[in-house]
Amino acid sequence: MTHDAIIVGGGIVGCAIAERLARAGLAVCLLERDVLGGAATAASMGHLVVLDDDTAELSLSAYSCARWRELAPQLPATAEYRRTGTLWIARDAAEMDEAARKRERLASAGVDGELVSPAQLALLEPALAPGLAGGLRVVADAVVYPPVAAAWLARRAVAAGAQVRCGVEVRAIGDGDVLLADGGRLRARHVIVANGCAVPELLAGVPVRKRKGHLLITTRAQPAVNHQLVELGYMQSAHGGDGESVAFNVQPRPTGQLLLGSTRQFDDLGCGVAPRLLRRLVARAQEFLPALERMTALRAWTGFRPTTPDHRPLIGAWPARPGVWLACGHEGLGVTTALGTADLLAAQLLDLPLPFDARPYAPARFAPDAELAHAG
Amino acid sequence: MPAEVRIRVDGVVVSVPAGCSVAAALCHAGRGATRQALDGAPRAACCGMGVCFECRVRIDGIERLGCLTRVAEGMEIGCDA
Repeated sequence: MTHDAIIVGGGIVGCAIAERLARAGLAVCLLERDVLGGAATAASMGHLVVLDDDTAELSLSAYSCARWRELAPQLPATAEYRRTGTLWIARDAAEMDEAARKRERLASAGVDGELVSPAQLALLEPALAPGLAGGLRVVADAVVYPPVAAAWLARRAVAAGAQVRCGVEVRAIGDGDVLLADGGRLRARHVIVANGCAVPELLAGVPVRKRKGHLLITTRAQPAVNHQLVELGYMQSAHGGDGESVAFNVQPRPTGQLLLGSTRQFDDLGCGVAPRLLRRLVARAQEFLPALERMTALRAWTGFRPTTPDHRPLIGAWPARPGVWLACGHEGLGVTTALGTADLLAAQLLDLPLPFDARPYAPARFAPDAELAHAG
Repeated sequence: MPAEVRIRVDGVVVSVPAGCSVAAALCHAGRGATRQALDGAPRAACCGMGVCFECRVRIDGIERLGCLTRVAEGMEIGCDA
């Protein structure tokens, strides 16, 4: 048979697209070479956060967070969706100025934030170190447990008629079909490549690089933390260049554990935990949460963010290959933006009104014939 | 070296073989569980080699792995980690 759409990759982005297209009535087949949500999705923090350091990122993340809020009542309890909010922490007056600018930018996308004084900060999060300058509280942000959310989206896709096949590896993308590792071929009108860091294995010209991250989770203990806490310097770490960086980013888990991030490196392609990076991660976190000194680390792991040269995802047609669509390169924001990505891709593929401007994410910006595609 | 040492487990003094691990000592003392899961289910050493983290206990106030810690005379062990 010929599917309307084959989706390559069963991370949270691929699962969201399968769900969206199946609901639209398409004959959808999702192919995952390992297990659903087993790679970057499982490694990630699941922080559903509106980021604003460029207008494209702001519109995609704000739209997506709103979609998560709509979906939240239907999510299973095991998806652990919680409205923790985000508390962006300022260390000094300059960062407090940045908090004020951030509030303005978020407001332009309809996202409310409130500036927090040092005294309010101490009330909201008593475990924070004294001497901080304040922060910005965004109450609408949330957290979710990504692998469960991905699997749930896949089940919804199946309920809407999609096929979801795990343990099926795609070896190559042909002309209107995909070649499987077992030699089989599956035909489809559209092939949507949503396999994160593995994109270049199938489409050599797509510029996605792995950016390694470390996370660490503690055992259940004090101190209690209420919000997802992120230092305002985080964006500098996230987008500041190709060098290694560490930023304070802590998530309270419903169990009483703390999930600690975050590190960024391009130069290490091995999945092993580097003690040197973990030491930096913990030291950074202790600057903000001194009581971490008494906590016990339970586990640490690593994952790879699929990163594009301009840090914006690739969502839309890949001009170099007719019938091939990309939904990849989400870097550290794939869980947050999975639902917006699915809506934007579906709108383009089905020729529906776009939920927001698609141009900043157009893969054509990196296609070999990019100028031609833009002119067209 | 004495054949046995005395330790306290949740405030109760027990004699256990000297030189064994805390996880083994708890087992020897008839304590099936080293800790409880969030739902109250008892947990105990699964791997015995420092990987599963199921045997973590509070030893003299500090959370440690029972399987990787040797018992010592007078040790205070809390099964509330």
